[in-house]
Amino acid sequence: MSDSDTTARPLTAPDPSPPPGPGRPGTGSRPVPSDEQLLNAKLVPLRRPGQWLSALVLLVLLAMLVHTLLTNSRFQWGVVGDYFLDGSIVRGLELTLWLTGAVVATGYAIGIAVAAMRLSRNPVLTSLSFGFVWLIRSVPPLVQLLFWYELASLYPRLSVGVPFGRAFASVRTAHLFSGVPAAYVGLSLDVAAFASEIVRGGILSVNHGQTEAAQALGMGGPRIFRRIVLPQAMPAIVPASGNLLIGTLKATSIVSVIAVQDVLYSAQLIYNQNYLVIPLLLVATLWYVVLTTLLSAGQFAVERYYARGTGRADRGGGRDGFWRIVRGNVPLFGRGGSLAGLS
Amino acid sequence: MSAVAEPLVRIRGLRRSFGGRPVLDGVDLDVRRGEVAVLLGPSGGGKSTLLRCVNHLERPDAGFVEVAGEIMGYRYRDARLHEVGRRGVARQRARIGMVFQQFNLFPHLTVRENLVEAPSAVRGIPRKQAAERARELLARVGLAGREDAYPAQLSGGQQQRVAIARALAMDPELLLFDEPTSALDPELVGEVLAVIKDLADSGMTMIVVTHEIGFAREVADTVVFLDGGRIVESGAPGEVLARPIHERTRAFLSAVL
Repeated sequence: MSDSDTTARPLTAPDPSPPPGPGRPGTGSRPVPSDEQLLNAKLVPLRRPGQWLSALVLLVLLAMLVHTLLTNSRFQWGVVGDYFLDGSIVRGLELTLWLTGAVVATGYAIGIAVAAMRLSRNPVLTSLSFGFVWLIRSVPPLVQLLFWYELASLYPRLSVGVPFGRAFASVRTAHLFSGVPAAYVGLSLDVAAFASEIVRGGILSVNHGQTEAAQALGMGGPRIFRRIVLPQAMPAIVPASGNLLIGTLKATSIVSVIAVQDVLYSAQLIYNQNYLVIPLLLVATLWYVVLTTLLSAGQFAVERYYARGTGRADRGGGRDGFWRIVRGNVPLFGRGGSLAGLS
Repeated sequence: MSAVAEPLVRIRGLRRSFGGRPVLDGVDLDVRRGEVAVLLGPSGGGKSTLLRCVNHLERPDAGFVEVAGEIMGYRYRDARLHEVGRRGVARQRARIGMVFQQFNLFPHLTVRENLVEAPSAVRGIPRKQAAERARELLARVGLAGREDAYPAQLSGGQQQRVAIARALAMDPELLLFDEPTSALDPELVGEVLAVIKDLADSGMTMIVVTHEIGFAREVADTVVFLDGGRIVESGAPGEVLARPIHERTRAFLSAVL
């Protein structure tokens, strides 16, 4: 208590436990509680009837959903189980996974470069970057995919050589841009355009003083970008990038139109033969749900990593932080306990 | 100092810890109407947390803060303290002004809009009337005619004076200052302290966290020295600052003077 190690001089703070008797003079007609009463009073958390009511409504809707999923025999969960780990589905899944990985890696490599170009002081680079983003964002990914796939009808042969001059080597376009390469190039360019805007936004959110401080230390431009600016831009970049990554995972399903056997097209090939449309669409859906769940968990971990040093993560690291999150996410139960810390 | 019997602010048994580390460890304090209480002490001693508890920006683990007869964040009824909702806390806070170390002006609004927003949104004062009041308040803090400037166009001292005017626009019963001059160039400190002193002379009740010992000596009615989350010593500035009794107070004062 404060007066335990205080000197004889009278404190401004009075004795925390005043003598019992009539409370402090009240301002109104009601008696004013004494300090003792206030310190010992039981705390009543705020009641939130709206939350309880909405929770109830949601629970009922959820129960209805689960009920229909289990009782409607047309979902044919048995068939879903049979095909969930089917060989061609798993091969399709592998293609979906590595195509997503390759597209995002390439897209971000290009996207970061495009963002850096856009922010440079070189007007040629700025215009080029702006034009690239404008063009790619204007074309729907499906249309772009079809263009790359049909490139052979526009340019039957592609060659390397002197512009307007002699060609050193050439190749038939139809061989180069079969389904998978067309999908890879088209989707990568699409991701690059969107990633560059995400990265640019993140970089703009970093205080310019950080760049000046690094310049004052004699660091070079590329190193400042990699070591100082980009890491600080990450908290702004990561949530949007998680969005883009998950979006890309699902966007790879459009390759089914150019007959690339991803997880969706594999499912379609099967149901075209046995007409079990819904169960096989459910197989593909469940795999997308599983992958998206894993990616979301990964995003959470990355966000925590980049939140270090911002104070938001400092107030509860480790297990304490985990339980704090768990407690904080059981929203219907307020904090109980008593104020009585003194008595 | 005006001598009204009932204190405006009563703090009892206040405790708050962050991650198991106690920052406030049982604080009792009274501030009477018209009184200026200056909180001194080393960093991490609990000054800012105490100030933030007063307007319930921090929620105490134990103990209570009462301002003008109301327990902050709670309502006492039938021997229980009932938590009040966000609107209830907002209503309680509307009577308490706060000035921050980093000013925290709204950078996307002009000076006038900074001053008009809360009175019109919270108190329902017509914007025209609030703008007129903003003009008066800006004149009072020595910034007449700067209504249309944006915060970034002002110096730090000017921004902090706008922040004080913004707090005054709500006609608070109590003003809290959290190191109001710590982010300012030395030459700009004086203009902000002059405004605060002027407010003190006009009878405003204030709790000020500061490292300006000279200002504390001149303006404070009560100096409270906090260390380790406890009040080590408190009293009139002539006593605490000139003849500190506690060893920790002496060590702190000799280090900062």
